[in-house]
Amino acid sequence: MKLGRKMFAYPYIVWMAIFIIVPMVLIGYYAFTVQENGAFTLENFLKGFSASNMGVLLRSVLLALETTVICLLFGYPVAYILSRMKKSKAALLSTLFILPMWMNFLLRTYAWQVILDDTGIINGIITALGGQPVQMLYTDGAVLLGNIYNFLPFMILPIYTVLIKIDKSHLEAATDLGANGAVTFTKVVLPLSMPGVISGITMVFVPAITTFAISRLLGGGMTMLYGDLIENQFTLVHEWGVGSALSFILLILVIVSMVIMRRAESKSGEEGGAIW
Amino acid sequence: MVKLKSFIKGTYLSFMLLFLYAPIAVLMVFSFNGSRTMGKWDGFSLKWYEALFNNSNIMDALVTTLLVAVLSALAATVMGTFAAIGIHSMKKGRRMLVENVSQLPMINPDLVTGISLMMLFYFIRLGQGGTWSFVRLLLAHTAFNLPYVIFSVMPKLKQSSNMLYEAAMDLGCTPFKALTKVIIPDIMPGIVSGFILAFTLSLDDFVVSYFCQQGKNNLSMYIYSVARTKGVQPEINALSTIMFLVVLTLLLITNLKSLKEERQAALQQKKVSAKVH
Repeated sequence: MKLGRKMFAYPYIVWMAIFIIVPMVLIGYYAFTVQENGAFTLENFLKGFSASNMGVLLRSVLLALETTVICLLFGYPVAYILSRMKKSKAALLSTLFILPMWMNFLLRTYAWQVILDDTGIINGIITALGGQPVQMLYTDGAVLLGNIYNFLPFMILPIYTVLIKIDKSHLEAATDLGANGAVTFTKVVLPLSMPGVISGITMVFVPAITTFAISRLLGGGMTMLYGDLIENQFTLVHEWGVGSALSFILLILVIVSMVIMRRAESKSGEEGGAIW
Repeated sequence: MVKLKSFIKGTYLSFMLLFLYAPIAVLMVFSFNGSRTMGKWDGFSLKWYEALFNNSNIMDALVTTLLVAVLSALAATVMGTFAAIGIHSMKKGRRMLVENVSQLPMINPDLVTGISLMMLFYFIRLGQGGTWSFVRLLLAHTAFNLPYVIFSVMPKLKQSSNMLYEAAMDLGCTPFKALTKVIIPDIMPGIVSGFILAFTLSLDDFVVSYFCQQGKNNLSMYIYSVARTKGVQPEINALSTIMFLVVLTLLLITNLKSLKEERQAALQQKKVSAKVH
């Protein structure tokens, strides 16, 4: 009766075609055609990556890279420490680290607006101590901080999931063979945790490069990022082709990093890395 | 030496947790502040909670958000559960194809999902305004929720044995009865966690809604527009506090439940191995 059960998926497959495949095809279609007559063109890509947009692109790639590197530097030790703890304690603490991720990300961003505002808490303390208020909100630093705050858990979680799956006997073997803590870490733990690191990097870099809400709320729209650029094409200047071309590049980026991750995962033979 | 190490580790984790929770704590504390500005404390007050419940814009957005979250999570759960059961019994090649395509909305940036759905709605000439705006939100949220339901049901299906289903059929169940009496109860934990995941994701969504809606705000969009134009609003602090507590409760319920199940499973395992030896 296997045939009967397969049928349960048919409504979903129709849904999948309409709501996943057709939208992706539409992005490709708009990216490669002239909006008026549907003729093939590469014009949209040239416009999207024009000299005037290049500054924006470089800047947002740089900001996303900064976010990713800082999240990795601060997140990896957290994941590592958690992974070496007793199971019951680690379970509780890792939940604590993931919990903020479940709060509405606009509220989390708004919280920083409240803290960094000219009449906010930090400036309140500064003026109470007799100092001059400092402009913190609507600066590049504020956007970077907001990014790190929002995306740090996305770095910790995949690394942690991979680290706890590492077979303890590997570590024991390294110690038995005379490796000290540092050598064991660099030669055994770090290489084995790479799938988690790659997954974490993707999960931070991609949202960091596409966010437009964070840069609007904390950067005050002074800093244009890749996400803002795409959003503008659709809501402001109505250049769907250019917006689709910019999105298309993102899509390729995401798919490539997914393929790399899959390779790394199948190599290490583990199913870790995925967040859910 | 060992003590020093664990002290450093503990301090490091505490600082990271402080960084993650301080902003939320600040919002919660200041939601009870009598003063409008966040720079100073003006005594305990519940007036921002009162203002919150009297703000019809926020309440409208809240109703929309909750309705969309419940309905889209329900739709995704029903369709996703059946889809998972169907996909699970497919041949390997086809199953991999469907699973990979289904993962696309999970790995795609929200921005791209939002834009692509907006283009789809334009392409199929879906209506605009009022009720249609609600339909758009519902369809979009169901679309991005579905994969999460499928992938939380799937592992449970892999764990459950096919023999139970076949035994039920041998004992005279119709396939449908075997499904409702055997498979669904067996994978219920996956279905429940899929529903909760879908619900929270829908509650949280901003970007997809932002692109797909036409004149109907959900909470995220309301917060965005207020925070962008008016800056700090104490009512939103009160709203944050409530939302944080709701999410906390939901997570606690699911975590406690899975903890209980794990313990039971471990106990069962012990009993079985004790009998074997």
